Amino acid sequence: MNHSISLTVNGVRRDIALSDPRVTLLDLLREQLDLTGTKKGCDRGQCGACTILVDGRRINSCLALAISHDGCEITTIEGVARGDELHPLQAAFIAHDGFQCGFCTPGQIMSALGLINEGQAGCDAERIREGMSGNLCRCGAYAGITEAVLEVQQKLEADKERRVA
Amino acid sequence: MKSFDYVKPASITEAIAAARAPGAAYLAAGTNLLDLMKGGVSRPDRLVDVTHLPGLDTIEQLADGSLRIGALVSNADLAHDAAFARACPAVAEALLSGASAQLRNAATVGGNLLQRTRCAYFYDVAGRCNKRAAGSGCDAREGDNDMHAVLGWSDGCIATHPSDFCVPLVALDATVEIEGNSGRRELRLEDLHRLPGTTPEQETVLEPGDLIVALKLPAAARNFAAHARYLKVRERTSYAFAVVSAAAHLAIVSGRIEQARIALGGVAAKPWRARDAEAVLAGREATPQNFRHAAEAALAAATPSGDNAFKIELAQRILVRALNLAAAGTPERIAALPASPFSIHPGALHDA
Repeated sequence: MNHSISLTVNGVRRDIALSDPRVTLLDLLREQLDLTGTKKGCDRGQCGACTILVDGRRINSCLALAISHDGCEITTIEGVARGDELHPLQAAFIAHDGFQCGFCTPGQIMSALGLINEGQAGCDAERIREGMSGNLCRCGAYAGITEAVLEVQQKLEADKERRVA
Repeated sequence: MKSFDYVKPASITEAIAAARAPGAAYLAAGTNLLDLMKGGVSRPDRLVDVTHLPGLDTIEQLADGSLRIGALVSNADLAHDAAFARACPAVAEALLSGASAQLRNAATVGGNLLQRTRCAYFYDVAGRCNKRAAGSGCDAREGDNDMHAVLGWSDGCIATHPSDFCVPLVALDATVEIEGNSGRRELRLEDLHRLPGTTPEQETVLEPGDLIVALKLPAAARNFAAHARYLKVRERTSYAFAVVSAAAHLAIVSGRIEQARIALGGVAAKPWRARDAEAVLAGREATPQNFRHAAEAALAAATPSGDNAFKIELAQRILVRALNLAAAGTPERIAALPASPFSIHPGALHDA
């Protein structure tokens, strides 16, 4: 049986035919929409490599059926930069050596975006580490990842204070 | 993953009718179910998607002061709801100590109550498991079983219930609202999950088609808000299931404990209310000695089901520490590492 859904992916509305209800958002993005930036690591919700934003909130796309997300707004790593201009988080990951092999990086950056949107961690490194604990990095770049997220968060708060002042 | 029919009902009535059929399962966020389906552990023929049903995603305060939480409220939204976290701080702490931020954003209140055990032999479809395949046997009995139950287990099953959320909830006398074939009914959360006995495959008292629509916390839950903690020992600091955990709630009047509400996690096939421990503390002073007596009462009936005798002493120590932390007072803000024994708080006795 064919099912059809529509999604807004990185700002573009897509009408999608699903050949099977088993298709996850992760497989849909990678196999059908050619957005391979979102990575399939464990495919079981344990590693965070497949993290995307759905309606602005980070989730594991490997544990989300596409068919259940009709009408949702999806942001993937491909939708984060503005043209050639990197998102501040992307730039900070480079500046702080927040990766080595890079496989987990799209998930790390999407998770960090979600974390900052949630507004629970602030500039507390311990809260950032806890908030990023759903993203594993087998290269062990955690120190750089924490510094990168912290730097972007600090800049955001400084900008906010400047605007208020 | 085995193929299935996908049904998207427009109402609760339609959902119940669709889910009554043999082989049907409800789908909410799917954070547990899809994982089980990928592993071939769950093999439903039909998924009834309830995520779009109206009216199940609100947190309300009812006229009698109780709180009613829709079954589709996400773990993250509930934990970060300021009014809820003020009323039930240990529940919020338990929620934030479970899973990862990504999973908490998706996972729902109703789904959390019905999550399945994390026993490795339940997940291993090549092995024997009475819970997954009734009557097949239990490979955990002779296997790696240091994480298994010390209370309420049977020869047929020694698995534990994995939820953090449920632990403070049973302590606070939470109830569950269920819609089913015969209309709406309410059940104590403590009575939702079954102990394994000779039928470990029957994990809850729910009937085919039954849908959890809401969770309720009685107004009296607020009486413990000033002295409420959840503490959880894990094999790593974060993003892990409990080895053992404890929810400790105290109502303290002039230095004396008027009432205590205590439950343990990671020790049994259901969240374990420790009424014997509560009775020890009623009317007593909040002292480490009394807390130790309460912890001994809580675990008095415990026996190892394998290489897990250490959990009996560990559960007592973690309960003593949770009670000490609760007595010291609920912190203004949930710790950076929620429910972690590694959190640093005034009043924490790390050698307890």
